[in-house]
Amino acid sequence: MSPLNDGKKVKVDVKGNNDSPIGNEIVYDTNDLNLWYGQTHALKDINLSIHEKEVTAIIGPSGCGKSTYIKTLNRMVELVPSVRTTGTITYKGKNILDKSFKVEDLRTHVGMVFQKPNPFPKSIYDNITYGPKIHGIRNKKVLDEIVEKSLRGASIWDEVKDRLNENAYGLSGGQQQRLCIARCLAIEPNVILMDEPTSALDPKSTLRIEELMQELKKEYSIIIVTHNMQQAARISDKTAFFLNGEVVEFNDTNKLFTTPEDKRTEDYISGRFG
Amino acid sequence: MLSSCCDFYTLKGVLHKMATNSDLNKKNAVNVRDMIAEKKKKRNFSNVTEKMIPTILIIIASISILTTVGIIYTLLAESIEFFKIVPIWEFFTGTVLKPLSQNPEFGILPLITGTVISSIIAMLVAGPIGLMSAIYLSEYASDKVRRTIKPLLEILAGIPTIVYGFFAFTFVTPVIRSIFPAVEATNILSPGIVMGVMIIPMIASLSEDAMTAVPNSMREGALALGATKLETTFRVVIPAALSGIISSFVLGISRAIGETMIVTIASGSSKNFTFDITQSMQTMTAYIVEVSGGDAPAGSTIYYSLYAVALTLFVFTLIMNLLARYVSRKFREEY
Amino acid sequence: MKYIDDVQVQKRMSSRVTKNNVLKNLFLAATLFGLVVLAILLIRVISQGAAWIDWNFLTGRLSTNADRAGIMGAILGTSWLMLIVIPVTIFIGVGTAIYLELYAKKGKFQSFVATNISNLAGVPSIVYGLLGLTIFVRAMDFGNAIIAGGLTLSLLVLPIVIVAAQEAIRAVPQHLSEASYGMGATKWQTVKGIILPAAIPGILTGSILALSRAIGETAPLTVLGIPALLIPFPGNIFDTFTALPMQIYYWTLDSSLVQEYAYLAAATIIVLLVLLFLLNSIAIIIRNKFQQRY
Ligand SMILES: Nc1ncnc2c1ncn2[C@@H]1O[C@H](COP(=O)(O)OP(=O)(O)OP(=O)(O)O)[C@@H](O)[C@H]1O
Ligand SMILES: [Mg+2]
Repeated sequence: MSPLNDGKKVKVDVKGNNDSPIGNEIVYDTNDLNLWYGQTHALKDINLSIHEKEVTAIIGPSGCGKSTYIKTLNRMVELVPSVRTTGTITYKGKNILDKSFKVEDLRTHVGMVFQKPNPFPKSIYDNITYGPKIHGIRNKKVLDEIVEKSLRGASIWDEVKDRLNENAYGLSGGQQQRLCIARCLAIEPNVILMDEPTSALDPKSTLRIEELMQELKKEYSIIIVTHNMQQAARISDKTAFFLNGEVVEFNDTNKLFTTPEDKRTEDYISGRFG
Repeated sequence: MLSSCCDFYTLKGVLHKMATNSDLNKKNAVNVRDMIAEKKKKRNFSNVTEKMIPTILIIIASISILTTVGIIYTLLAESIEFFKIVPIWEFFTGTVLKPLSQNPEFGILPLITGTVISSIIAMLVAGPIGLMSAIYLSEYASDKVRRTIKPLLEILAGIPTIVYGFFAFTFVTPVIRSIFPAVEATNILSPGIVMGVMIIPMIASLSEDAMTAVPNSMREGALALGATKLETTFRVVIPAALSGIISSFVLGISRAIGETMIVTIASGSSKNFTFDITQSMQTMTAYIVEVSGGDAPAGSTIYYSLYAVALTLFVFTLIMNLLARYVSRKFREEY
Repeated sequence: MKYIDDVQVQKRMSSRVTKNNVLKNLFLAATLFGLVVLAILLIRVISQGAAWIDWNFLTGRLSTNADRAGIMGAILGTSWLMLIVIPVTIFIGVGTAIYLELYAKKGKFQSFVATNISNLAGVPSIVYGLLGLTIFVRAMDFGNAIIAGGLTLSLLVLPIVIVAAQEAIRAVPQHLSEASYGMGATKWQTVKGIILPAAIPGILTGSILALSRAIGETAPLTVLGIPALLIPFPGNIFDTFTALPMQIYYWTLDSSLVQEYAYLAAATIIVLLVLLFLLNSIAIIIRNKFQQRY
């Protein structure tokens, strides 16, 4: 049995709940995390607590370790063979960096959306059902229901409901990215990791995805890496500022952008470097 | 920073409107999380598959290693039997090959001369023509011409060698004989030439690859000094691509040494130790075809001789292939 | 005094340019040489053989009487060979490629297997014939049956399939497998569900090309002792058989005795070339139709 299934199954009654960023339960707790790619020390003594049903933004200059951190949260970083870590990341109280922890379980609970939309070269329908199918759900009726629900959840249902059997590559970039979000929703994760999900999209598609995130955070915890500080300010509840592999500042988004405590944060958000 | 805050607030307004017609808040009949958890409990067997797959794949991948082992083992084991009967020294220095006579003699030199001479003839045809084709394709031809000619050369390369054998025997030999009546009906010249034609596409395409890989900046340097295309080709491109060209030649030789059907059909089975290209000569490959096709009883000396000849052939081609790889690797770092 | 004498340069220049043009034409002629030979070969084969191809020839049995000889046995034999070569090479070839590209740790064993494969590709086909003779015909005691021929040819073209499959797998973009892993898929689920389906066109194209190499091969079959006698049509993989290239071989050899056999050989060559042409067309169609934009 998965170590995660005894976690919360509470379907939070979201109404009226999402305006209070403080006080939600902690999903991810990172303690003294260090990570090396071979000799490169990419993450240094990271300590961060990420709360449920919030949008946590990660900002910082290129190469500061944002992607590395977010990929550590679902252990995708291990696809690089030379990676080595110390410290702990607990997800709902369990240390996911423990080698005995099953990554497949983790990734079932933690979905990921990538920088470049990466639908599978299959039909829209098959894209969505891929996740449920690998987890053993085969009942056609259930799958149909999941497809509709996920596509609605990613607010792309109306655009694609008549072409579910067409190849996903026929969609526009923004639609593809929402399809990828829908694909991720299909297995109902608790957390969604997004690594610069809008950087390959035009402003209109970006806006749609930002709107979508506001919807999603009612049910999911979202961690998003972005280069766009306006975006971070617009959509996130908390923001972490990374620099050279360290967390310089982590605070409520409002506070971080209006009254940064660290000089380096201030320099960065006012565009003085990076 | 200010502008961003404005964005932030306008957006919030939009969002509140959106939220009202959202479907997310509906309690859904399907709870995927629970279903996945449920399935997970039952699916221990897929774990087993997952663990077994790497092992299965290693087993499959080792088939190619087993093939090599099989080749080397059979060749060696049977050759050793052979060398118990025929001393190794006699085999490699003997100029008389009479496997079927009352007092059989097993000297491989007639076969080696046959192999070497046919390969030399083939390379005399394929080397210059292949290289010139490569020069034309990479330095002179327009894109359109190149795109027409290359697939045609690929067809030439894809014709089964038995067809070339037929062509050598029923067409090229008669043509040669009508010009030089002294040439015998089976001779090494005709299959040598046809083998050369067969190898042209290989040399042309590998040499062309090597020449195309030479950066244009090097060509431009020479052309800017007023060199003609020809001078640029010979002074700049060919020297820079030399390793690739040499390795294509070596691979061509290896192909010629291992080629079987053309020489079997068109060169006959004379085992005379001779250097006369108008006569029939047997190559190592043709000997193997002749002897194995003749139902040599397992365990007889002649049967074992098959393997000794094949081992020699194998070593010849292996050396050529290793040499080709060594040459192309050794000089690769040039640019 | 000038270092460069303009008149001299002009003179040499024009001779250099002439030389360039002359040689350019020589290079062109060399390129055309191969194609001209190809044309002669095809014309010759067609002019000799085309008239002999008719329904009786295609469906008839072998006969020493040239007028009645047919190649049905050889067609069936070649088809049977294909039935063995296709699944065997795809299974082993794709398995090996998956191992090398996706499972093997970059290290000694992996590079050993890879080097070994490229060496195997250079081994003369006749040596595979001897391997087949020793292992399949004698040790496993299949005799000169279809299975022995099929397995021998499979080993022969295996390196081609492996390399093609490796390239096809390598061409599947990493971000697709990442998406799959990101949803909690295991490695094998990702391989089976995402990587292989995306690589299939490339794998098929390579396999078909390997197949067309295999069915034109004659040398290994001669070593296995494949006859061209009046044998019954093969009914299963343990039956003795003959194949198109063997038929061509025997008729060519005997053409010095009976002139008509040369025409029969030419006719059989046409059949073989048409088959190869069809296979290659299929490969090209697959490649064009399924070219995936990622
Ligand atoms: N696969 C890898 N192997 C070695 N080093 C890596 C690898 N991936 C990232 N790094 C290094 O780790 C550091 C952090 O990289 P990371 O990709 O996390 O940065 P980032 O903050 O996401 O940058 P960007 O904003 O450009 O995406 C960089 O110095 C980078 O060079
Ligand atoms: Mg990044």
